[in-house]
Amino acid sequence: MTETTTTPSASPPKKSSLFVLDERTRKRNAAETRFRMYGITAISVGLVFLVLLFTSILRSGIPAFTQTVVKIEFVLTKEQFDKAESKMLKTGEYQNIFVNALIGQLEARNLDVNVDSKSIKRIVGKPGGMIRSFFLENPDQIGTPVSFEIVASSRVDGYFNGRVTRDTLVDTRFLKASDLDLVDALQEADIIQGAFNWNFITGTDSGVDNPGGAGLGASVIGSFFMMLVVLFLSLPIGVAASIYLEEFAPKNLWTDLIEVNISNLAAVPSIVFGILGLAVFIQFAGLPQSAPVVGGLVLTLMTLPTIIISTRASLAAVPPSIRDAALGVGASKMQAVFHHVLPLAMPGILTGTIIGLAQALGETAPLLLIGMVGFVAREYPDGIASGFMDANSAMPAQIYTWASRADPGFYEKAWGGIIVLLLFLITMNAIAVILRRRFERRW
Amino acid sequence: MPLTWLVLIIFTIAAAGFVMGRKRALQNAGGDRRELHSLPVYYGSNVAMWAIVPAVAVLIVWMLVQPFFVNSRVLATLPDTIVSEGSSIGLVMSDVRRVAEGLDIAVVQGVMSRDEAASISAEISDIRESLGEVGVAVGSKVSTEVMKGAQLYRTLNAVGSMMMNVVVLLFAFGGAGYAYSKSTADFRARNMVERGVLAMLIAAASIAILTTIGILFALLFNTIEFFKLYPAADFFFGTRWAPSFSGRGGASDLGVLPLLWGTFYISFIALLVAVPIGLFSAIYLSEYAGPKVRGIVKPLIEILAGIPTIVYGLFALLTVGPLLMRMFGKDTFGWMQGGTAVITAGLVMGIMLIPFVSSLSDDIINAVPQALRDGSYGLGATKSETIRQVILPAALPGIVGAILLAASRAIGETMIVVLGAGAAARLSMNPFDAMTTITAKIVSQLTGDADFVSPEALVAFALGMTLFVLTLGLNVFALFIVRKYREQYD
Repeated sequence: MTETTTTPSASPPKKSSLFVLDERTRKRNAAETRFRMYGITAISVGLVFLVLLFTSILRSGIPAFTQTVVKIEFVLTKEQFDKAESKMLKTGEYQNIFVNALIGQLEARNLDVNVDSKSIKRIVGKPGGMIRSFFLENPDQIGTPVSFEIVASSRVDGYFNGRVTRDTLVDTRFLKASDLDLVDALQEADIIQGAFNWNFITGTDSGVDNPGGAGLGASVIGSFFMMLVVLFLSLPIGVAASIYLEEFAPKNLWTDLIEVNISNLAAVPSIVFGILGLAVFIQFAGLPQSAPVVGGLVLTLMTLPTIIISTRASLAAVPPSIRDAALGVGASKMQAVFHHVLPLAMPGILTGTIIGLAQALGETAPLLLIGMVGFVAREYPDGIASGFMDANSAMPAQIYTWASRADPGFYEKAWGGIIVLLLFLITMNAIAVILRRRFERRW
Repeated sequence: MPLTWLVLIIFTIAAAGFVMGRKRALQNAGGDRRELHSLPVYYGSNVAMWAIVPAVAVLIVWMLVQPFFVNSRVLATLPDTIVSEGSSIGLVMSDVRRVAEGLDIAVVQGVMSRDEAASISAEISDIRESLGEVGVAVGSKVSTEVMKGAQLYRTLNAVGSMMMNVVVLLFAFGGAGYAYSKSTADFRARNMVERGVLAMLIAAASIAILTTIGILFALLFNTIEFFKLYPAADFFFGTRWAPSFSGRGGASDLGVLPLLWGTFYISFIALLVAVPIGLFSAIYLSEYAGPKVRGIVKPLIEILAGIPTIVYGLFALLTVGPLLMRMFGKDTFGWMQGGTAVITAGLVMGIMLIPFVSSLSDDIINAVPQALRDGSYGLGATKSETIRQVILPAALPGIVGAILLAASRAIGETMIVVLGAGAAARLSMNPFDAMTTITAKIVSQLTGDADFVSPEALVAFALGMTLFVLTLGLNVFALFIVRKYREQYD
């Protein structure tokens, strides 16, 4: 009747086309792009952190693998030897002989720096003892030219690595700024040069004032013995527990209790396991402090949940038809599991175990409490029994010990130790990935 | 006879039993395996099992009980007067043990004969000196009582080990003999062995419970011990943390509040870093990224999760700390006094938690059914609108659970705060201040030769208990939320 009420012309006609975006659509699209950018930014930030972490590890850690050596050939005559042996301070006498020989050689090369014996001593440290023991062991070398490689002091090392510069160097009794001229001259004469620091990989820890001589070797051995304990305890126990829970356990209170316990243990802070180790294994059971066997036991308890969870996943992945087939031809349930299901799940179990071991290898906090930190691992264990029972350090504990020492020279060693630790972890994870790729079957 | 020999002998008996049991069963069946109930190998295994399991069980129990028995016997002979001022019966006992050890070494090295070591008297000769010669240092002069105690200790231990060897071997032979006598053709050897194996499987699974009990007892007993020495109210409500270093004086303030504050503050900053980055990465990776990008970026981010915490600790101490000092230190703003601060530890811990948050959220977002997305797209929503208004609300309980799990991880983290957060306990709002946490203080109170009797050492167990309860509560709560959420869509 009244058409006026519904006239479209009541409101002004809106120009709209699918080809022209209106204000609202544009806003929504902008919001869409913004949201996407948030995601990309978040990922980039994460990746930047990763890159930052690795560059700082590599940049600070690689110098730990090189060292500065003073390479020199010199002759010790019979008279000098006899004379030095008759003195009270024998090593000091050898030192003087060596320093004089070095000065003689430098003067022969006509280097235009003033060489005094004190600055040489500051550069090379105290090589007297080493020279003496060499000639005592090899008396036939007396009188013939022998080439020595003497490790320069850690400050000189720092000078070459850029840790110590002429501007930052404060004159101390360890090194004076004026010595650096001599160092430069020696470097030009090829007497001071860089060398690969084998001692860092194979050596033992040094005292607090000698960062140059510190090595990781003994603690690698300690970690190795710990990992042996972890492997030989956590693999069988973990597999047995998983088989029970996955294949045999009836649904009852006890099983529920075990399951709840396992999932909670997986989330207990590692330091609590350290307290457990201290109170139960050391205080109560009387096992020796700082021993790899205690560390291994604590880490076993820590890795068990990880191994159980991954083992159960791989057992569950074996299809029930395998079990049914075995049961169908007359196998007992135990035989079906041990002869058929377990071998098929083995690659998955091994992968999980290796990843668990890698986790245990890098774990530090529990080791702090059972006394593996601060222990100066100066010696290698004598044999297998002492490898388990004698006090030793472990790789992460050694890194922590270095990081908490006052001399910044040790920081470089700590970073270097991290490179070694990460190499181990990368290798283990790579093995796990390869195992998974090669042997894992999908049904 | 050393333990290794005993174990070796047990295993030899088991091996011999295996061969003999198998043979006897076969003979009994007239050499025809079809007459046997089980495969021959089960008869052998049964004998071996009976040889090993009871003997080893007795061995373990004996080794656990013997020290207690010997200790109590030796303690009973020591007169009360021997405990001098400033000493305790425990110290005297450890003296006794050291002297006994020294005598053992002296006998092994041939300095003393066996009879001499058993009869020598502290009054006639200077034991301390002769023990010093073989490299055992005894603190003070060895008194007659301690010497007698040490000799009794040695005798009891020797007799005990002797008896243990005999009993254990008897059990090994007895078990093997019993199982051997049973090895007839009709014997259900497989059922027996399988029952044994099942028992071992159950025992292995129960280790998880044993571990929890171990943790609880270790924490609980020492915590109770601590509260006997230090009032609980002062511990829970004290606002000052200042342990005295002597370890003997009663002047320590051991209030947990500053530590709790430091812990929560650092964890909060860590979550402030990790949650946005982790959550947005997860959203992008699960909703926007193609399979190729996802295949590269996801493992890269997860590398961060595989890096040991000591590396993060060092990163905080040596890289991030100095970097922040340069940005906010005395050269620019003057906010920061030192490299170790709440913000340093929080930032680095946040980096550590990114993969934790992102992979958990990723799983949860992926678990949201496709139908919800399709419905939202069908109504004309854009992708980001779908995510914000449909997916995130649906995934919210799960994400909250993930964040709580990350928080519990942050609270229990040790190495980063030990190296990066500083050592001073204080209640402050300034994130550039150095603060300390529960975990860092557990480490500093228990590292070194703590004798577990001073409140300064025992407080670590109370701190550990606090930490355990906190993280356990968070975990249970988080898992509860995650489970409840999962049930909705399955």
